[in-house]
Amino acid sequence: MSLGLVEDRLVFEKSRAGRRGVTLPASDAGEAPLESLLPGGALRNAPPALPELSELEVVRHYTRLSGKNFGIDTTFYPLGSCTMKYNPRVHEYGASLPGFARVHPLQPDETVQGFLALAHSLERALAEITGLAAATLNPSAGAHGELTGVLMVRAYHHDRSEPGRDTVLIPDSAHGTNPATVTIAGMQVQSVKSGPDGRVDLGDLREKLGTLGGRVAAMMITNPSTLGLFEIRIGEIARLLHEKGALLYMDGANMNALLGIARPGDFGVDVMHLNLHKTFTQPHGGGGPGAGPVAVGEKLVPFLPVPRIVQEGGAYRRREDFPKTIGRVRSFQGNPGVFVRAYAYIRSHGGEGLRKVTEAAVLNANYILARLRDAYDLAYPGPCMHEAVFSARRQVKQNGVRALDIAKRLIDLGFHPPTIYFPLIVPESLMIEPTETEPKETLDAFVAAMLTIAGEAAEEPQKVKDAPVTMPVTRLDEVRAVKQPRLRWRPR
Amino acid sequence: MRYVPHTEQDRTEMLRAIGAGSVEELFAPVPKELRPKRPLDVGPALTEPELQSWLEETAARDRSAADLLCFAGGGFYDRFIPAAIDALVSRGEFLTSYTPYQPECSQGTLQYLYEYQTMMAELTGLPVSNASLYEGATACAEAMLLSWGLKETSRRVVVSAAVHPHYRRTLETYARPVGLEVVTVPAPGGLTDAAALRKAATPETLAVLVQQPNFFGAVEDVPSAVAAAHAAGAQAVVAADPVALALLEAPGAQGADIVVGEGQPLGCPLAFGGPTFGFFCVREEHVRKLPGRLVGETHDTRGRRAFVLTFQTREQHIRREKATSNICTSQSLYALRAAIYLSLLGPAGLREVAALSVRKAHALAEQAAKIPGFALEFPKAPFAFEFALRCPRPADEVVAAGLKRGVLAGIPLGPHDPALRNVLLVAVTERRTAADLDRFVEALR
Amino acid sequence: MARPADCRYLASHEWARRDKAEVVIGITDFAVEHLSDLTFLDLPKVKDKVEAGKPFGEIESVKAVSDLNAPVSGEVTAVHEDLAESLETLAKDPFGQGWMIRVKPSHPAEWEKLLDGTAYLKVCDSEGGH
Repeated sequence: MSLGLVEDRLVFEKSRAGRRGVTLPASDAGEAPLESLLPGGALRNAPPALPELSELEVVRHYTRLSGKNFGIDTTFYPLGSCTMKYNPRVHEYGASLPGFARVHPLQPDETVQGFLALAHSLERALAEITGLAAATLNPSAGAHGELTGVLMVRAYHHDRSEPGRDTVLIPDSAHGTNPATVTIAGMQVQSVKSGPDGRVDLGDLREKLGTLGGRVAAMMITNPSTLGLFEIRIGEIARLLHEKGALLYMDGANMNALLGIARPGDFGVDVMHLNLHKTFTQPHGGGGPGAGPVAVGEKLVPFLPVPRIVQEGGAYRRREDFPKTIGRVRSFQGNPGVFVRAYAYIRSHGGEGLRKVTEAAVLNANYILARLRDAYDLAYPGPCMHEAVFSARRQVKQNGVRALDIAKRLIDLGFHPPTIYFPLIVPESLMIEPTETEPKETLDAFVAAMLTIAGEAAEEPQKVKDAPVTMPVTRLDEVRAVKQPRLRWRPR
Repeated sequence: MRYVPHTEQDRTEMLRAIGAGSVEELFAPVPKELRPKRPLDVGPALTEPELQSWLEETAARDRSAADLLCFAGGGFYDRFIPAAIDALVSRGEFLTSYTPYQPECSQGTLQYLYEYQTMMAELTGLPVSNASLYEGATACAEAMLLSWGLKETSRRVVVSAAVHPHYRRTLETYARPVGLEVVTVPAPGGLTDAAALRKAATPETLAVLVQQPNFFGAVEDVPSAVAAAHAAGAQAVVAADPVALALLEAPGAQGADIVVGEGQPLGCPLAFGGPTFGFFCVREEHVRKLPGRLVGETHDTRGRRAFVLTFQTREQHIRREKATSNICTSQSLYALRAAIYLSLLGPAGLREVAALSVRKAHALAEQAAKIPGFALEFPKAPFAFEFALRCPRPADEVVAAGLKRGVLAGIPLGPHDPALRNVLLVAVTERRTAADLDRFVEALR
Repeated sequence: MARPADCRYLASHEWARRDKAEVVIGITDFAVEHLSDLTFLDLPKVKDKVEAGKPFGEIESVKAVSDLNAPVSGEVTAVHEDLAESLETLAKDPFGQGWMIRVKPSHPAEWEKLLDGTAYLKVCDSEGGH
């Protein structure tokens, strides 16, 4: 990032009445007054106050704005749970081909055989990777996949005349989306404790299953957990749930740790979502788009959302005539542009290669764990899977340097901060996920920065608390943003 | 392994630092019996040249708007996309950045989202826009859930039959599990039946949803729908086309409480349906119930203007099972496309896009209705740039015949309503020339 | 800060004080300090019913939200309406001007189940307080 590129004005503040960035051909269909074509009462009174700029000004404005951002292309992003791996450029090339980018979602099936073949192959690949029977690509993002999965669980129990199964068990280390999803699916959340080793407390699970009995619809579990730990007793957990007629839902946010290493279907998972933008590398684009396919075992196949892509006589078709489907979860068929990129990643690696992806991701995480364990408190003993979770409690106790301060100081040293204050059960947590695409030299530089900060926290804590000082802005007044909300620009 | 950079020496050194003899040792917590006996069967690894060829061959199996004249709409339109958009959004600092939780190193994203929010507020006539949602149908579902939160004792949602059928199906998927009832009001003649809407909007109603222009392309009487909603103490929700709002009155100015919609027309490729974005605008008093991300202005410790994600306590990562929504992402990169699109076009350019589309659509409707056997399905309904055309045979056959002549003539309505089996929904954008319209007419003859 | 001797407490950091036939309710200095950067307060309305141990409102800081739990059950007789607009009062005088609601108790015996000052102090100590 170069400060010379920093832009402070809003696009509206550069606007000059009468400027244009785009001109369009004159009408070749006459100039009939709009009042004669549209009902007079429906016409707009005042035009929207959009900015008016030349193309150069627009290009320069947004180019300069980009200079105020970190991105994977410029900076290491060790964001735990977010899996910020490299986004290969061939994916962008593929997604921009007219046969993918300029296809209308309601074109007849026979005109979109390429796209449907790709989507069908991706569904098959995801079923293979997860060890489950089928997959839907329709959900828009991970949380949307969760909702789709939980709605299928609900439909399954209703179909078996067990509508009383209205409760979903969720470990206390789970992502916030899990409980939020259960609520909007019309069910209740019951929290399950983590044991001292950071894994699900089986005693608590047995107790909850005992008390709730036939009310448990499913357990939503993240494996590896948000603590970066493989749930060693996952087979036992699945057995306990299945004995009680409940299903096992897996949050696949951390699937990057399991490619070719273990298949959720093989350890008893009935349904799971995958975050294509994490494991299968979709550019995060400053927060979206993503895609959240859901893979299911045989018993949930009838409930998959529509449309479904089926292969019939050598051709692919979209079909909606499935009587037990949960219905449509959005317009059309998911985010196909994301499918192109995800499938390209899978094909770039092949089966052996995917296992090597996971091996490298886990090797990188354990390397960071090993290099930082003396300077920072480890939340739980290793080895970890794809991410290492530390706590800044030592630094807090010592000089009041918090995880937040460490995160901000990392920005000054040229790294995006790790995920902080999550999972909630680790105080002052620093959750570091390096991913497989980072070379050792980058990890070494990051470790050096973290060790520098640990030293500063002990010797010159104010330096850490005042960070960052090298960015276009220093720390923000977030209270003011809530108490005096300004949610849009207005002319002064 | 072009994306995994480790050399043998790297691995050796790293394992030594870890104190492990092999990478395999790191997987000790995964029980042996769970380890697969064979590699994943996902096809052989491809080099980049092989992958490029495969992608090109696969894409070439599709017919696209590059070789078909696209008259298909239904919320997704083949509009002109300025080249500057792709150039700007492919900058790595936009493309490969994360959700701006760390505002100091994300001011670029936060500022463009703030600009985007301002533009959407201007278009819709409501003061607050979120930072975008997944797409149009789910935006409608979120509007329903927000409205429910404002009137928790009610269960009834009234929706016009002229709302996009996918939006209505999606509403039902979201409504059923939480016990909400979606009541559909007929739209004879292509427009929502105002009297039926008033009648359906009983005091138990929590929201009334209409679309502007509606699924059939017709211009609805929004103030009448708003009045029906408000008489019932319900939220008036309007799903609007953002380009049409250059010409049509902003629903917020007509009294709508929530305005949502599909953002694809604002500079996003068709991409077979996604990714695009959904927009979501509300009144100020509903900010605390708003789903999705929201950016606000504040200042830094040195008093400089800066932007930050705000009102985060609404969201799932803090409120968990009590959150206003389970959504944890926006569609930032596509909101950026919209912000760039609207900056390039400005108010006059956007108005031209809409006006050209309206004029060309009316010209085509006039020509098409003159083809023997063809007629406007809803002759009395005023329309913007999309219209329903009755054909002398099933519309899917008309589309199939058109494809042979390089024309994607529209969307057959039969799958959405068997009574409309012979009806084709035809959209005309600013991209279509007079010669293109002639080709459409030729293809239908 | 000295905690008033006439108050009883919940482990979730709400205080209660008897005032004639009513109970006044607020949150403790410990809670205010730990929440920090308060931004929003949601209180019930007069005549609403509250239930002992159950939430009667919410208080938010920039990145956290906490339920306000009722120490006793009963009907709300008064609400400190201005408090939401002057949240700094909570930091200045949590046990006095920072009161939140008054309740007419429906189950007076509940009072005896609340923590006294000594027991509450232990709760704060165990949470790393002072």
